[in-house]
Amino acid sequence: MPSERRRVELPTSESAAVRMLLIAIAVLFFGLFLVLPLVLVFAEALRGGAAGFVKAIVDPEAQAAIHLTLLIAAISVPANMIFGIAAAWAIAKHDFKGKSFVITLIDLPFSVSPVVAGLVYVLLFGAQGYFGSWLSAHGIEIIFAVPGIVLATIFVTFPFVARELIPLMQEQGTGDEEAALSLGASGFKTFWYVTLPNVKWALLYGVLLCNARAMGEFGAVAVVSGKIRGLTNTMPLHVEILYNEYAFTAAFAVASLLALLALFTLAVKALLEWRYGDQIAAGSGRH
Amino acid sequence: MDIRIANVRKEFDRFAALHGVSLDIRSGELIALLGPSGSGKTTLLRLIAGLEQPTEGAVYFGDEDASRLDVQERNVGFVFQSYALFKHMTVADNIGFGLTVRPRATRPPAAAIRKRASDLLDLVQLAGLEKRFPSQLSGGQRQRVALARALAIEPRVLLLDEPFGALDAKVRRELRHWLRALHEQTGHTTVFVTHDQEEALELADRVVVMSQGRIEQVGTPDEIYDRPVSSFVFSFIGEACELPVTVSQGQVSFDGSPIDIRAVDIVDGPARLLMRPSGVEVVTARPGGIAGDIVSIRRSGGWRRVELDVGVGRHRIEVELPVDAAAELAGRLHFLPRHWQVFPGA
Repeated sequence: MPSERRRVELPTSESAAVRMLLIAIAVLFFGLFLVLPLVLVFAEALRGGAAGFVKAIVDPEAQAAIHLTLLIAAISVPANMIFGIAAAWAIAKHDFKGKSFVITLIDLPFSVSPVVAGLVYVLLFGAQGYFGSWLSAHGIEIIFAVPGIVLATIFVTFPFVARELIPLMQEQGTGDEEAALSLGASGFKTFWYVTLPNVKWALLYGVLLCNARAMGEFGAVAVVSGKIRGLTNTMPLHVEILYNEYAFTAAFAVASLLALLALFTLAVKALLEWRYGDQIAAGSGRH
Repeated sequence: MDIRIANVRKEFDRFAALHGVSLDIRSGELIALLGPSGSGKTTLLRLIAGLEQPTEGAVYFGDEDASRLDVQERNVGFVFQSYALFKHMTVADNIGFGLTVRPRATRPPAAAIRKRASDLLDLVQLAGLEKRFPSQLSGGQRQRVALARALAIEPRVLLLDEPFGALDAKVRRELRHWLRALHEQTGHTTVFVTHDQEEALELADRVVVMSQGRIEQVGTPDEIYDRPVSSFVFSFIGEACELPVTVSQGQVSFDGSPIDIRAVDIVDGPARLLMRPSGVEVVTARPGGIAGDIVSIRRSGGWRRVELDVGVGRHRIEVELPVDAAAELAGRLHFLPRHWQVFPGA
């Protein structure tokens, strides 16, 4: 036999042409739909030079929008963190009737349009809403005020933490908790020393995603906020207003801040994965 | 600590896992709960621990009704099948956990907890591994850390769920001897669950054989092996082969012809003859023996295993014969059971 041998591909590999094609498609889509828009945001923001960028950011209305957005996130993220842990704990570690219904319900904010979410709160707490007259009689403002924006944001970001924790906690089961209880630990100490450390990375991911969405939410917040400049205008809403007023540079300047925020969130996530990769892998076997 | 289990019944969603089980465990005893999966042995262990509550009945620790106590108050050392070590804690923190989480008033000082963890690591022969994480240990080492953690709280009773289930055969045997030695050293009342009869017989003072949520037999390894009270225990505790026989006034007959064994106290009628494959004796052809056609002869360690088709019904059974005895065999084999038992019923 001559030494010439047919090269046999590994069963799981494809020919070079197919590989190239797949990579090309992926790169094309990645460039067209992700990188290009992101670059454009920053390019437009800096079109008027650094001075124009700074001017748009230090504008009092922009400042108010930034503060409001941070405030909303500071309230809704911890609220959903507590809710998410409680829901995941209840669902993953306990058996009760209607459990699958609750799991489905947690996903509702993902499936329902954010506009609907906003409208529901208007219907409940607006001037013509069910509780509207009672609220106005007591001087409580919810719609077109900060509480309404917080409610809408919490609704929209409801599932993030819970969704991240539930599958992990279900997979981990109750063995560690039973061990802690049999060693005499109270329910709270079991949660604090055993359950929480077991899910801390998933919790952090959930919080990061929740935070990104809380700051970026547009639809639901647009309905309940009333877009009162300097008062109930969040960053995404402010971007839209500026854009509609043909203040493109200013609009993109604020938009670039939001984009930076998103990039920062991703960077933190990547950093954590790199720094604590072993622990994360050991802790969950999932991420 | 004596443990008394009184008429405990346990249902899960209408499915009864235990039907009225009663058992007395003496202080300092090493007890095996032995049974196939689904026999209720793990449920019984978890009931003793307080990880499950009985539907009916009660569990007593000494004279105290432990069914009224939470798992935290029972002070039991439970070693889980998967060990359930806390992944994010060092070995020392794992062992000290039960002491660290005590309320401030009864918590030993941190230095004392560290000392106790080190002492226990010495006891389980893992000295110097305080700073390791569970992921850095082998299966056998994890098992021993789990045991040390359970012992740290000075439990009233030590409960082990399939303690050697996840280990390979060699480590299993080593740990078995080691656990027996440790038991003799510490003297804890110990209950362990296993589906491995060899493990149960070798390790335990008394074995509790369970099947389908009931206790079939409680006894010393000798009693269980030599005098099983039911065909289930007989065939679960070791290898068994079975032939349908009839009993008439103590005389056992197979295929209508009497054989040389007598079964007293068995009601007349159809019955089952159970034999150990290793407990048969080859005899010359004669009335009173059992004859079978040899189907195959295979070597198995120090023995030869001979497959036979016996009787009119061609019942396939297997017997174990010494290597040299089986050498000249061919065609037909006559034998008499030496280790056998007859149970009534078809």
